[in-house]
Amino acid sequence: MRRYRWLAAIPTLGMLGGVPFANRVRPYVLGLPFLLAWIVVWVVITSLVMAIIFFLDSRHDAELASATAASSDNSSSS
Amino acid sequence: MTPALVVIVGVFVVAIALGLMARRGHVMSLEQWSVGGRGFGSVFVFLLMAGEIYTTFTFLGGSGWAYGKGAPAFYILCYGAIAYSVSYFLLPIVWRYAQTRRLVSQADFFVAKYESKTLGVIVALVSVAALVPYLVLQLKGLGIIVSEASGGVITQAVAVWTSSIALVGYVVVSGVRGSAWTSALKDVMILAAAVGIGVYLPLHYFGGYRAMFEAVEAAKPGALTLPASGMSPAWFISTVLLTATGFYMWPQFFAGVYTARSENVFRKNAVILPLYQLVVLFVFFTGFAAMLVVPGLKGAAADLSLLRIVEQSFGSWTVGVIGGAGLLTALVPGSMILITAGTIISQNIYRVMAPSASDRTVSLVARSLVPVLTLVAVILTLRGGQTLVVLLLMGYNFVTQLFPALILSLGEHQRVSAASAIAGIVAGEFTVVFLTVTSASVATLLPGAPQVVKDLNVGFIALAVNAVVLTVVALATRVRRPVVTELVRNP
Repeated sequence: MRRYRWLAAIPTLGMLGGVPFANRVRPYVLGLPFLLAWIVVWVVITSLVMAIIFFLDSRHDAELASATAASSDNSSSS
Repeated sequence: MTPALVVIVGVFVVAIALGLMARRGHVMSLEQWSVGGRGFGSVFVFLLMAGEIYTTFTFLGGSGWAYGKGAPAFYILCYGAIAYSVSYFLLPIVWRYAQTRRLVSQADFFVAKYESKTLGVIVALVSVAALVPYLVLQLKGLGIIVSEASGGVITQAVAVWTSSIALVGYVVVSGVRGSAWTSALKDVMILAAAVGIGVYLPLHYFGGYRAMFEAVEAAKPGALTLPASGMSPAWFISTVLLTATGFYMWPQFFAGVYTARSENVFRKNAVILPLYQLVVLFVFFTGFAAMLVVPGLKGAAADLSLLRIVEQSFGSWTVGVIGGAGLLTALVPGSMILITAGTIISQNIYRVMAPSASDRTVSLVARSLVPVLTLVAVILTLRGGQTLVVLLLMGYNFVTQLFPALILSLGEHQRVSAASAIAGIVAGEFTVVFLTVTSASVATLLPGAPQVVKDLNVGFIALAVNAVVLTVVALATRVRRPVVTELVRNP
């Protein structure tokens, strides 16, 4: 079980969980009212988190591939 | 004939040319027409799927909501990102399953997983019921764009007719291949248009982004935050979750998924597409600027705000470029909708009724449905008076009802029976219709509930009904799978 995949839940939890707290105009961040800035930051984080998961998955798949090249079983992907 | 109109017609001609060129070298079977022969690489699938997301809704509706409602419009920025983080895991599974079985429509997926043609028919009906408002949305947007660009010379009604005839011609000719190319053109134009005007207008009128927001807050206090009741944080969170759930339930997304060459395509897209969502930010900027520069558009007219402010600030040529981009934002999703609807009806309803029909016949049926469906949509468009966002939310509620059945089908073994899936979906859809027709909200149904509960998006009620009915029927119709069958099915 690839536990790092649970990281994908972070953006949703952060973005939405923070809404009640972030529901304000000030402070302005990057010229944006706080609520909007909050959302934008979390959208960028989403991309970053998915990139991390993608990278880890590629490494994992590469390991699997070399492991199955060594043996002669069929591998199944998760 | 305004300069704007010249530009728009020019853009359209280019789109048709792209559609015709895309055909060359490919025989138009149903598989080619609807899923491009399954040979699209990352970039193409990205364009196709990103293209579907940037619809007229995003462009005009997004600025319209920023203009008319303020902060609640931000939900549009949220649900996409969330849906993408889910897509990373969901879409490869769907794709793999569809690949080996050569599925062409979303309904096919349900038929295969649940081994039930009846479920396929139900899903097909739901799909069409949801696609029609979505198409109406595109046509409405198109009508607005062409009409405004002509300086009001062309009425919205005439604009809708001519654009829909053009749309039909375009779709019948090129199918999904043309859509991918046009989508590429559209993305370039949209990026340029949305980012360009979104960047420029606040600077031009207010001297800076923060200055613009300060001005908005001063003129309309509370526009930049969610109100305490009504479209409150509770509404916001529930609406984002609901629309994120419904995101991939649209049948034309499934069709887009099937076009990919490999499953890695989706993983890469899941990484990049959230960032692409940020273009919506610039659409918001335009809406907010318009709030102060072109005030006075009430109700559904808020959807005109982007075009009005562009007109006022730049003049007719620019309106033409924006209008051309807007035209494409209606053409690409519009064509995906028609292709998908045509395919679904011919594959999952017609073929069920006439099982001996040849592939060629089914393919022809799919294509000939395109003008029929467009006609229905045109009639509905010319009657209605809703804002773009309201139409979309209604269609969303329809397709979201497919979510429980889909999720439960993703495992290796069939968890619940086809009967329970059917029962849940039917119950959910009836609830949606009831809620829409009575304009109900949680507040009207549960007047005694605390405000937080009252603000929840009413679509959840339908989903809850769906889940309950599904569970009840599932318990009554337990699926039994003998071991031998499993070995045969899952080698």
